[in-house]
Amino acid sequence: MRGMLAVFWKEVSDHMGSRRFLILFAIIGLAGLWATYVAAQSIRSELASNPDSRFVFLRVFTSSSGLLPPFVSFIGFFGPLVGLALGFDAINREMSEGTMSRVLSQPLYRDSVINGKFLAGVATITVMLLSLILIVSGLGLQLIGVPPTQEEMLRLLLFVMTSIIYIAFWLGLAILFSILFRRTATSALGAIALWVFLSFFMVMIAGAAADAAIPVNEGSPPELLVRNANLRQGIMRMSPTTLYDEAIGTIVSPGVRTLGPVLVQQVQGLIPTPLRLSQSLNLVWPQLTTIVALTLVVFAIGYVRFMRQEIRA
Amino acid sequence: MADQAIIDATNLSKVYGELVAVNRLNLQVQEGEIFGFLGPNGAGKTTTILMLLGLTEPTTGAARVCGYNSAREPLKVKRLTGYLPENVGFYGELTARQNLMYTARLNAVPEKLAVSRVSEMMEVVGLPDVGDKKVAEFSRGMKQRLGIADVLIKDPKVIILDEPTLGIDPDGSARILDLIVDLSHRRKMTIMLSSHMLYQVQRICSRVGILVKGKMVALGSVDQLGKKLEAGKTTLDVEASPATPELVDSIKRIPGVLNVEKSGDLLTIAADKEVRSLVAKAVTQTRSALLQMRLQDYTLEEIYLRYFREAH
Repeated sequence: MRGMLAVFWKEVSDHMGSRRFLILFAIIGLAGLWATYVAAQSIRSELASNPDSRFVFLRVFTSSSGLLPPFVSFIGFFGPLVGLALGFDAINREMSEGTMSRVLSQPLYRDSVINGKFLAGVATITVMLLSLILIVSGLGLQLIGVPPTQEEMLRLLLFVMTSIIYIAFWLGLAILFSILFRRTATSALGAIALWVFLSFFMVMIAGAAADAAIPVNEGSPPELLVRNANLRQGIMRMSPTTLYDEAIGTIVSPGVRTLGPVLVQQVQGLIPTPLRLSQSLNLVWPQLTTIVALTLVVFAIGYVRFMRQEIRA
Repeated sequence: MADQAIIDATNLSKVYGELVAVNRLNLQVQEGEIFGFLGPNGAGKTTTILMLLGLTEPTTGAARVCGYNSAREPLKVKRLTGYLPENVGFYGELTARQNLMYTARLNAVPEKLAVSRVSEMMEVVGLPDVGDKKVAEFSRGMKQRLGIADVLIKDPKVIILDEPTLGIDPDGSARILDLIVDLSHRRKMTIMLSSHMLYQVQRICSRVGILVKGKMVALGSVDQLGKKLEAGKTTLDVEASPATPELVDSIKRIPGVLNVEKSGDLLTIAADKEVRSLVAKAVTQTRSALLQMRLQDYTLEEIYLRYFREAH
């Protein structure tokens, strides 16, 4: 335990001082602040005409206006990059520089090293997200002057927790790659390639595969269209990126009532009220549990591989 | 446990797939010794060391260090044993002091004690003024000395050094070897070092073991190993003036002499028992002057090469 703490604190201080982390932090921070500022401007003009809106504060994080995506999208996009940047050379760099055998010849269990490194990454991510959220909240409060309700705070907290676990998934993946590949360049490129695939290509593949399996055109019957859309969504959900987007979209936007395709008949007569927090959660439990499970699985694979690795240089 | 060896390996083997890296190795190192572990590259020296430290599990056999089984209680072994790996690495972006402090924390040395010990050890290894420099700026020799300071931070009973002088200039090597001898004498530490730099080992080690292809082919002091190689045969260099053919003949008649080779005044005599006094008598009887007589010694290099070739 003491050995793990020593590794943990060293890694945290390395991360906090590392250039790559500071650069990513700066990019996300600036982009987030800008997105918030733009969002707040449009919320203000909207509030003037409709002063009874609900969940105004949350919209600071979710509104997009013009060209700039909302704050939550910035986190969803850059978060994985932070995870990858913190982990891609965690193990193989120490192997190639000869520090690993020196550390492992000290009296600590081998898993202290990987646990300490993973937890240090998670702690760094947590500090980053919390500070970003607080800065953005402050700016939002200043600009729109509407304080958050209790439920909004809870939703924001859930957003932060989900994001931490999601980014920890990418961290775990990067650490796994750093165990599997001896060269840091290989592990970095491999991890980024997988991220690009899951984030961007998965959408195209899902569309193409669904169209190939269930061909549809404008005149197709509704059942066929729904089946096509469902298949497409099912394939996309194999990517943690999709799961995260769905989960976050529902958590921070109480207006989201459903995630799948909906027929016009089903919406008829529906009163467009926001969902309660518990209802929103009900909608995305599968997404949340899967993200947690994926994070644990990726870390576990890395853990086992690391424990069995020969430490010879 | 007075007479128990501080490093004790019995029937230690390590098999990687088809390759037998270490083959039924037996090794005892007594407290206070400087033990030299010799062998060509790939002989299994590092594998053996890793098994001693519990960093790799032996396929069969067991290693005990300070009485603890390395595979079962690696933490206790690692608390008492300092290990300097081949090509030791440090975190280049941290200073020397920060690197050593990290080691101290991993060893749970109390913070205050660690600070003073780090300064002390930097001084012991001759790097008192570079503590706040980043290790990335260090030369190889400095890194190696920092490595020894790093090993000393935990105040070990046993130090295992893997190729401590590899790639270091002669002056740097000599300083590291002096440091090792000093540690052994002043701090009463048991030291085991692996190397293929034979003459250095010969200079400082009380005992050596020669490992070839995973097998310990010889074990003992350098003198003992040389004697064993001779296997009863001795070689004499004799210089006599003049070295006449009659002298050669009379030496050849001495019982036990197997062969005499003559080049100028120098005679090389091979014998299977002690013949020095008889040879001296023969020289004086033929009225030549005996200028010198020397029993040929094996240097460690010769010993090593002989064992190495025999094992092939």
